[in-house]
Amino acid sequence: MAKGKSVTHVINRDWCKGCGICVHFCPKQVLELDSDEKAVAARPEDCIGCKLCELRCPDLAIQILIEEGE
Amino acid sequence: MSDTQFDVNKYIRAQFFPQMWCPGCGHGTVMGALLRAIHDLGLENDDVSVVSGIGCSSRISGYLDFNTAHTMHGRALPTATGIKLANPNLKVIVPFGDGDSTAIGGNHFIHACRRNIDITAIVMNNRIYGMTGGQYSPMSGRGVKASTAPYGVPDESFDLVELAKGAGASFVARTTVYHAKEAQNTIKKAIEHKGFSVVEILSMCPTQFGRKNKAGEAPQMMEWYKDNTVPMGSKKLADNPDLIQRGVFVDDNERLEYCTAYQELVIDKVMKKG
Repeated sequence: MAKGKSVTHVINRDWCKGCGICVHFCPKQVLELDSDEKAVAARPEDCIGCKLCELRCPDLAIQILIEEGE
Repeated sequence: MSDTQFDVNKYIRAQFFPQMWCPGCGHGTVMGALLRAIHDLGLENDDVSVVSGIGCSSRISGYLDFNTAHTMHGRALPTATGIKLANPNLKVIVPFGDGDSTAIGGNHFIHACRRNIDITAIVMNNRIYGMTGGQYSPMSGRGVKASTAPYGVPDESFDLVELAKGAGASFVARTTVYHAKEAQNTIKKAIEHKGFSVVEILSMCPTQFGRKNKAGEAPQMMEWYKDNTVPMGSKKLADNPDLIQRGVFVDDNERLEYCTAYQELVIDKVMKKG
């Protein structure tokens, strides 16, 4: 987890086409494709909030919300 | 400049989503970079006009909630020129494909560069005509397989950066969809630039280009852009001159912009004469 931050992965399953770009380029292997070929945050606790998935997602289906913790 | 959190819903026509591009198509990444650049600049939806031609990439205008026009094949720039001259306060952006810009609209492209009209042209270069069945384009390059070149393309491709430079564009840059943040910042600079800006963004077509050329799936095609491009003037070019350079190649603020020139050289003179 990013230090002192809480990260939420908002993934729009209706828009995700399962191309796997987010899964392939995640530096911490947080994301996976599920049995429906949709991206899911399988290990959200490992996320460092770099937003590379959000920036590269062609379907605009991922939003990373970062809240600065206490 | 905007400090608020980027919310994609502010800029899109959500009723048309999910968009029709194939899984892994790079055009969606370009759309994301464009929207983030517009957000960074703090532009309102009504301040922006997006004009596109025909092709997969040109479908973008339908998805964006700005003043948009989806025009004829290759004719996005003439339409955009009219819009810009009618309302010079609009930020006019023309996102189009490699075929639309360099083949069907090639003539319009060089003359827009020559006039130096304040329009931002974003060329999504996937080196193929995706929508019509994978025919080769002037950007495909020698040896590339396409539905119209099963033995490989015999002709050389354009170097879009050199073409735009030679034709007189006052801002010329190249980036890729792998470098999405760089693309966002480059588009931002291009929109801010007063004059004709050309941003070539290397994008991937996994369906038509990838399959025929055994380039792998979308992530592998994106990976190719990481491995085969370097920042402008990199030392790696000495070992491998075939690497594609990224960066801002021209950023000239001295050249007279067309709307300003038209005001001074035509409108002001007509008004004076009465």
